[in-house]
Amino acid sequence: MDMKRDYYEDVQVFTSKVIVFWLGVLILALAIFPFVAKNYYVYVANYMAINVIVVVGLNLLVGYTGQISMGHAGFFAIGAYGTITLMTQAHFPFLLALPCAGLVAALFGFLLGLPALRLEGPYLAIATLGFGITTTQIIGKIKIFGERQGLHAPDLTIGPWHIQTDKDFYFVLIPITILLVLLARNIVKTKVGRAFISIRDADIAAETMGVNLTFYKTLAFAVSAFYAGVGGGLYAFVLRFIEPELFNMFMSIMFLTMAVVGGLGSMMGPVGGACLLGLLDLQLRNILEIPYFGQWIKALSESYFTMTGVSNIQLIVFGLILILIMLFEPLGIFGIWIRTKKYWKMWPF
Amino acid sequence: MAFFEVKDLSIQFGGLKALDGISFELEKGEVYAIIGPNGAGKTTLFNCINGIYQPRAGQIMFKDKNIRGKKPDKVAKAGIARTFQNIELFNNMNTMENIMLGRHLYMKTGLFRGAFLWGKNSFAGKEEVAHRKKVEEIIDFLDLQAARNKLVGGLPYGTQKQIELGRALALEPELLLLDEPCAGMNAEEKQDMIFWVKDIQDELGITILLIEHDMNMVMDISDRILALNFGRPITEGKPEDVQKHPEVLKAYLGEDEGECAA
Repeated sequence: MDMKRDYYEDVQVFTSKVIVFWLGVLILALAIFPFVAKNYYVYVANYMAINVIVVVGLNLLVGYTGQISMGHAGFFAIGAYGTITLMTQAHFPFLLALPCAGLVAALFGFLLGLPALRLEGPYLAIATLGFGITTTQIIGKIKIFGERQGLHAPDLTIGPWHIQTDKDFYFVLIPITILLVLLARNIVKTKVGRAFISIRDADIAAETMGVNLTFYKTLAFAVSAFYAGVGGGLYAFVLRFIEPELFNMFMSIMFLTMAVVGGLGSMMGPVGGACLLGLLDLQLRNILEIPYFGQWIKALSESYFTMTGVSNIQLIVFGLILILIMLFEPLGIFGIWIRTKKYWKMWPF
Repeated sequence: MAFFEVKDLSIQFGGLKALDGISFELEKGEVYAIIGPNGAGKTTLFNCINGIYQPRAGQIMFKDKNIRGKKPDKVAKAGIARTFQNIELFNNMNTMENIMLGRHLYMKTGLFRGAFLWGKNSFAGKEEVAHRKKVEEIIDFLDLQAARNKLVGGLPYGTQKQIELGRALALEPELLLLDEPCAGMNAEEKQDMIFWVKDIQDELGITILLIEHDMNMVMDISDRILALNFGRPITEGKPEDVQKHPEVLKAYLGEDEGECAA
């Protein structure tokens, strides 16, 4: 080991060559993936990437600043509708419309952050929950947003590149996702991130050290909403069609579940949580296609729960996972990762 | 004008007058101690100075400016730092990062420049390194090298108290409020703390306002003492005079039953 140390090591993005190597492998794998996988799985990967963006942003708010939000579907919807409307009505190019819609979501995040200054814990949860529901209700009443009928995403071109398939969009989405995760990681490592964490851990002490609580709490809401907005804008082009009912309360809770399962207050945890639960979410919708087990589940559900079968089985499973994680591994996937790492470091002792 | 002055400060919680007409002045560079039995209003006084509580009446003058009613972060900006009686550290950050938070007011990296921390020569990168060097000086000063990269939540109590002191020093305050810096420490840690407080006064030239129950420490390091009881001042003066004051003895030891009967 090099004995000469540098203060920059503390904040470096890549702390060792091993990490750089594995990141290179990951990027290579991500680049090859759409050429070897079936088209459906490229769609699944896109869906997971969207979740990663939103959950990393949500984690900045919930995990690092310690402010809960159960209304992120609202910001997500603002981003999705904002991007499409800016492109169809104002004829913005996609790469401009997306950050603009993100900024609109951030503005709403800032506005929601203001009352949140006086609220804590369950009260804040209810207030943000109300925001999420209200937003989609209002969007569903506005003509320019297609009311209840929803909106179709316009054709997508970036420069000369015409994006048509999931595979094409994958190459737009993945770089944006990686960029946003890296930016979030840098924010956490510098002054703003330390201010966020200090508010979570001891807000009075943070204030007496010169951290302006009003500013940083609303900033956390705004940044988090920006991530959700950008995620929403991209989601509109994954689905190609959006309607208000899509952005319901369960979506907000799902984002929160992903962050908690991944591990609040860590960077890679929520990425893992978002990927895992995003995959699970889509796979569970196909549960009835599994031979024998699918029929058994269907019969069980019809005789005990509902006439319509198991349309919402993913919600049941998510609830179960959340309970189990809270009981046995409060640090989530990140906690399991840390323990595994420790175990192998000490092995065979 | 005095360097720091509290004039007729009063605060009430419901019917309880927690502070009632407190006045005192601090000279630049002195160590001023506040003593009194439990519930005398010492920490309440600190919270008023800091802006955590909003006093009902009175003035708090710091360098000719009234800071009463200002928010805690503005008070910190004016140059007043503090430590807490019950440790208020950021448990999920390591020692370095905890003290780095004390540099918060001196750092200019915002959201955007922080997000683009690409390499050593970026604005944020340079600033991080510069301030970490500064923090390292404080870590050296307080002998905290061993705890440097450990999460503070799991560190021993005495070390946590030191880190709190370090965090307050990182703010480069002109006035330092220490709320029971020796509470719960063993004899050796107390000795170290006394040395540091003296060093802070002598080498860094920081004025110190101190709350402490350990009378040995108070008598040893303070230049002047203010004794409080039930939110009212009893007496003020040199340590040896305050120690002998009959009202102070009464507040601490209670009245002699026999004398009362007689």
